Amino acid sequence: MFYIHCPYCAEQRSEEEFHCMGQAHIQRPENPEAASDREWGEYLFFRDNPRGLHQEMWVHAAGCRKFFNVARNTVSYEIFETYRMGEQTSVTAGTTAHGREGQVEQVHKVRRVRA
Amino acid sequence: MERYSVFGLIKHALSYHENWQKTWRSPTPKKEYDVIIIGGGGHGLATAYYLAKNYGVTNVAVIEKGWLGGGNTARNTTIVRSNYLWDESAALYEHSMKLWEGLSQDLNYNVMFSQRGVLNLGHTLQDMRDIQRRVNANRLNGIDGEVLDARQVAERVPIMDCSRNTRYPVLGASWQPRAGVARHDAVAWGYARSADRLGVDLIQQTEVTGLNIHNGKILGVHTSRGDINARTVGCVVAGNSGVVAGMAGIKLPIESHPLQAFVSEPLKPILDTVVMSNHVHGYISQTDKGDLVVGAGIDGYNGYGQRGSYPTIEHTMQAIIELFPIFSRVRMNRQWGGIVDTTPDACPILSATPVEGLFFNCGWGTGGFKATPGSGDVFAWTLANGRPHALAAPFSIDRFCTGSLIDEHGAAGVAH
Repeated sequence: MFYIHCPYCAEQRSEEEFHCMGQAHIQRPENPEAASDREWGEYLFFRDNPRGLHQEMWVHAAGCRKFFNVARNTVSYEIFETYRMGEQTSVTAGTTAHGREGQVEQVHKVRRVRA
Repeated sequence: MERYSVFGLIKHALSYHENWQKTWRSPTPKKEYDVIIIGGGGHGLATAYYLAKNYGVTNVAVIEKGWLGGGNTARNTTIVRSNYLWDESAALYEHSMKLWEGLSQDLNYNVMFSQRGVLNLGHTLQDMRDIQRRVNANRLNGIDGEVLDARQVAERVPIMDCSRNTRYPVLGASWQPRAGVARHDAVAWGYARSADRLGVDLIQQTEVTGLNIHNGKILGVHTSRGDINARTVGCVVAGNSGVVAGMAGIKLPIESHPLQAFVSEPLKPILDTVVMSNHVHGYISQTDKGDLVVGAGIDGYNGYGQRGSYPTIEHTMQAIIELFPIFSRVRMNRQWGGIVDTTPDACPILSATPVEGLFFNCGWGTGGFKATPGSGDVFAWTLANGRPHALAAPFSIDRFCTGSLIDEHGAAGVAH
């Protein structure tokens, strides 16, 4: 069980209130008619699947029902940052000290800031 | 290699079972092989076995970073069935089912394949329409199947609550009598032993750290025990497919999710078939040892931590208790999570890649165990011939660009 800070409700809530909606910041091709089958297929189906830092979209389904972004470690499941749609994360693989397994220091820092 | 038989058992009993041979060797890797298989789970070992047995390629290495069959092969609910909707997947899984039926004899290793039947429950009118459609499609493809109504389901599984009083009443089910369960570890061990006997090198505790690719051709792999060369490399690493694909600069339409299962304390025989429900997200069977094996849906987020989330445990248990009130006091012994590689259409990827000589067998998602023999045979043919086997061709990675997806969410999305 983990808790997620909804940037709209400004509260830490249980993961059960949320749904993960997959990778964040996917750009729809500017001109779909002009996109090749490969480009369109990549837009629809091909996703980053990193072992470590992952930016993903979540929805506060049992709360404000708004979409927002989460920067999360896919091994330790620690959440580094949650931020609103249209914003960019300040967390990069470097700032999470490798963006790999079990990086918890950064999380506590972020959580304290958010709290 | 010594054949296992009842006479061998008696002979070894006379020496207090102290002189059994090692089941497989632990060889030092050679400099070069004809084929390298990355991943020593069920699918990888089956691939190696069929390469050596059916397609005459014996200079093969299986490279495994942990121990044989230590990933999802050891972390699944062991259900075997072939009642898939579409022709392409039905053909692949039925090929597998036919191999299951002779597997213990073929491997000279008891994989404890028990054809006790599988019920896929329907709880809504739409469920029942989908079940009828799927069973009809199965029968047209020569796969056994029946549609049962609630009364027939209740006769088959008397301990299940098939009354109209539940939140999601059981309206009926599809029934595949030839389906069942097998002993997961024995499948890995049986394939490993037989592959080893045919000359395949099983290299454990060796991690592939990179791929040696030159001018768009694969030349070998870098491992934690030095470089090993091969002109053909098959990657069969399930949840870590994206990681190995990344070494080749390839992106896959795959997301890795945790999938968990539970085992109860051993009980006396009470459930003699497999019950699955897509609608309430749970499935259950009883092992020969007496444990109830309960499976869940995947966790909704990407993850590589081999553990599941508590809300999924709770949700699954709610479903099982709703169906089987008699199990409400059963205690769970263990819970575990494996990492499954899910694709957008819930079908696997058996495919060549832009790198010549590099092939991927992945994306089995939540239901790869049942396909172990068929996947191994088809992928072995693909590696031996350098082009996709007829059964594998529809599962090319190109389908995500051409749009010819094989949507098996109905048969595979939750159920395993």
